[in-house]
Amino acid sequence: MYAVEMQHITKRFGHFTANHQVDFQVHEGEIHALIGENGAGKSTLMRILYGFYTPDAGQIYINGREVKIQKPSDAITLGVGMVHQHFMLIPPLTVTENIILGKEETNRLGILNLPLAAKQLTELSQTYRLHIDPSAKIEQVSIGFQQRIEILKILYRNAQIIILDEPTPILTPQEIDDLFKVLLQLKSEGKTIILITHKLSEVMTISNRITIMRHGKIVGTRETKSTTQTELARLMIGEEIGPPISKRPFIAHKDILIMEQVSAKGDRGVLAVRNVSLNVKEGEIIGIAGVEGNGQSELVQVIAGLRPFQVGEISIGSHSLSPTHGHQALAHIPEDRLRFGLILDFTLQENLILGRQQELRFRHYYFLQDSETRSYSSELIHSFDIRPEELSLPARNFSGGNQQKIVVARELSKNVPLIVASQPTRGLDIRAIDFIHNSLISERNKGKAILLVSSDLGEILKLSDRIAVMYEGEITKVFLTADTDEREIGMYMTGAKKKSA
Amino acid sequence: MQTLTKLGYNIAGPVLALIISFAIGGIFIAIIGKDPLAVYSQFFSDTLGNAYGIGQVLFKATPLIFTGLASAICFRAGLFNIGAEGQLIIGAFCIAFVGNVFGILPAIFLLPLCILAGFIGGACWGIIPGLLKATFGAHEVINTIMMNFIAAALVNYFVSNVFFVPATVHTPDIVPAAHLSRLDFFFESFHGAPVNLSLFIAIGAALLLHVYLWKTSLGYELRATGLNLNAARYAGIHVERHMIGTLTLGGGLAGLAGMNFVMGYKHYFELGFSEGAGFIGIAVALLARNNPIGIVLTSIFFGILQYGSLTINTIVPKELANILQAIVILCIIVLSKVIDRHMVRLQKQSVAAEVHA
Ligand SMILES: Nc1ncnc2c1ncn2[C@@H]1O[C@H](COP(=O)(O)OP(=O)(O)OP(=O)(O)O)[C@@H](O)[C@H]1O
Ligand SMILES: [Mg+2]
Repeated sequence: MYAVEMQHITKRFGHFTANHQVDFQVHEGEIHALIGENGAGKSTLMRILYGFYTPDAGQIYINGREVKIQKPSDAITLGVGMVHQHFMLIPPLTVTENIILGKEETNRLGILNLPLAAKQLTELSQTYRLHIDPSAKIEQVSIGFQQRIEILKILYRNAQIIILDEPTPILTPQEIDDLFKVLLQLKSEGKTIILITHKLSEVMTISNRITIMRHGKIVGTRETKSTTQTELARLMIGEEIGPPISKRPFIAHKDILIMEQVSAKGDRGVLAVRNVSLNVKEGEIIGIAGVEGNGQSELVQVIAGLRPFQVGEISIGSHSLSPTHGHQALAHIPEDRLRFGLILDFTLQENLILGRQQELRFRHYYFLQDSETRSYSSELIHSFDIRPEELSLPARNFSGGNQQKIVVARELSKNVPLIVASQPTRGLDIRAIDFIHNSLISERNKGKAILLVSSDLGEILKLSDRIAVMYEGEITKVFLTADTDEREIGMYMTGAKKKSA
Repeated sequence: MQTLTKLGYNIAGPVLALIISFAIGGIFIAIIGKDPLAVYSQFFSDTLGNAYGIGQVLFKATPLIFTGLASAICFRAGLFNIGAEGQLIIGAFCIAFVGNVFGILPAIFLLPLCILAGFIGGACWGIIPGLLKATFGAHEVINTIMMNFIAAALVNYFVSNVFFVPATVHTPDIVPAAHLSRLDFFFESFHGAPVNLSLFIAIGAALLLHVYLWKTSLGYELRATGLNLNAARYAGIHVERHMIGTLTLGGGLAGLAGMNFVMGYKHYFELGFSEGAGFIGIAVALLARNNPIGIVLTSIFFGILQYGSLTINTIVPKELANILQAIVILCIIVLSKVIDRHMVRLQKQSVAAEVHA
């Protein structure tokens, strides 16, 4: 008997088949990894299990009993919980209020018993070492913290089957370790866990069994013990990934981005960027390494003109940036694609010109040039492999990875000297990551200046010519990539080593 | 095939909603002891059964098109314009004033001038909440409502003390050069119905707005602003300018609604003439999902309800006619949602059948 068994599940959106005759089984008490390319249908399958979508055809069995899951509350009653790819928390409410939402403890008069709930939560968070502050407001807490809340929410509802849709891309390495410890503890208590991820190394460390999806179908299930990353990659994409294209030696002369002693405040009014001076030259990739929350996000927003800065000077090319008004002569892949990078209700085609709508290529006087935009869009869709290739589909309906590809495609196709790429490969599958890495290198080889921010140190080391480490809002060290290693960078990232005064 | 079925659903949906809502209305008529069939046959024969009735319906629809557009364009930019009523009143008063005071001008100058006056009058009432929103972040709902009160009081004052015909609540007549012809001038069969050329101006405005929203870069920016403010800023869109501009444009459109009554019908401005067209415009916009062409159709539908409930006055009390009107609107809103959901389920079943086959 399986904890979860899905049989012949088919789900279509319009004429597009996201899941085709899917059979999927999970043993009780195992950690089961679900992997596959962007758009393979993983999130769709799990949303069906969670009652977010109802399948067009097929059956679901929980603990051997056939069930009808029409809506999430049905799934919750059956002990199924899900942490979504994009969180679903309500920002102005506190942690406690968010967690009890939908399962409020009230007294006989219908009045909320918040202290009781807070006490239960504190106990839960101690049991699983998920550190949270029950009275904090969601809008004030980090993204890793938000994920812990989502997990607690599920545990609070006593879920036996726990689905996590790509939990790791937004976490720091330390947070990933902590998460995995929690998952192992849950497993030892007999809970069943389904984990979606693109990182094969994670799959190999944590899972018991692995199911691979491709183009809406299941291509196989493997015991983790008896498979390899190479086999998994082949099953996922059907081919091998080649070596990265090589960097052309580039003797850079001209500074493109110049920052002189820039300081800027964060959302909570305290300085988040302190006295940063950094130049990025043409034909150079500078990687910013740092533990998340050390001012990298704010720094990027300042450069992109989305956040005012209080002190210092910034110029891009010969154009100096006003401290309060943004400007647009840069390509910017924002870290938060849903908040900045996309308009979810705009179509794919409309999103592909977001920020470029005033370029003369796309308009004639004030009239949008539909045919030009169309051919430009088709070109990008093709070269970045955005799926489905439907120009009029709203961005909302693309898979997480394909949404990211829309943003990256648009920004990398801009003809501007500076690219600021923040977490450019977050949520992408291995083939797409490889493609984007190659694109960044080839843009660099063409002479563009690139500032890369990533929480993936491997990515930074692979792509950067120089690496700047940010700690508590300051740039504490700049290395030539060739002269350093992961260990040394790590010491600066954690503040164990600081700026030599 | 697929698009054809979809189109079928799109037409069948609203039609079904209409039939069901009239059926529910019929139950209410029966409850007060009248014959629903008699009431409805009168309702439909008087509104759609002859050219005069159609003319009356179109006359009622005209201002709703303008105010519907005024709300819709603001909704599209993420703004709630509750001020169409005030914008309309000011616009209409400006038309009446210009049409009278500049009476010596020939029609070729006076007509455009009057229309411009209506637009500018309304636009002034839109730009103020726009500026307050863009510079101080003051919420436009409160400010547009306040502007409604100011407009009503101001016009009241002028029409009672400054610019009026003694012993009436209206202004002096505009000169004939400022009249917009009634359609019965061109089509004999409309004889007696007040529908006039401003209907075509309204439809023209809807078409222009459609082009603006979907075919121009500014319309693209406006929609982006309304859908995701952060992403709009990221895209270098001057969102503040769009807020001001859109509220101004919305105000101007609402101001134009005054043409229908002042230039096309009575030829003066009268207190209370609007009958809440500014507020009904909000409902029109919502029902038409802020789609300009849909607004023309929805306005005509509202025109039918408004004029129809006047004609059945002889059989049922006026209050019931008004209640009926409200019931139909509510039913349509609820049913269109229900039917949408049902269509999705139907589609699902057809996929399931295909898969099992
Ligand atoms: N509401 C929808 N309407 C139309 N198509 C949709 C909708 N939701 C998902 N799809 C399509 O279904 C396919 C599968 O999407 P899904 O989100 O399940 O992919 P995924 O495997 O989770 O990918 P990723 O790794 O990128 O998150 C995608 O091509 C997506 O565009
Ligand atoms: Mg997904």
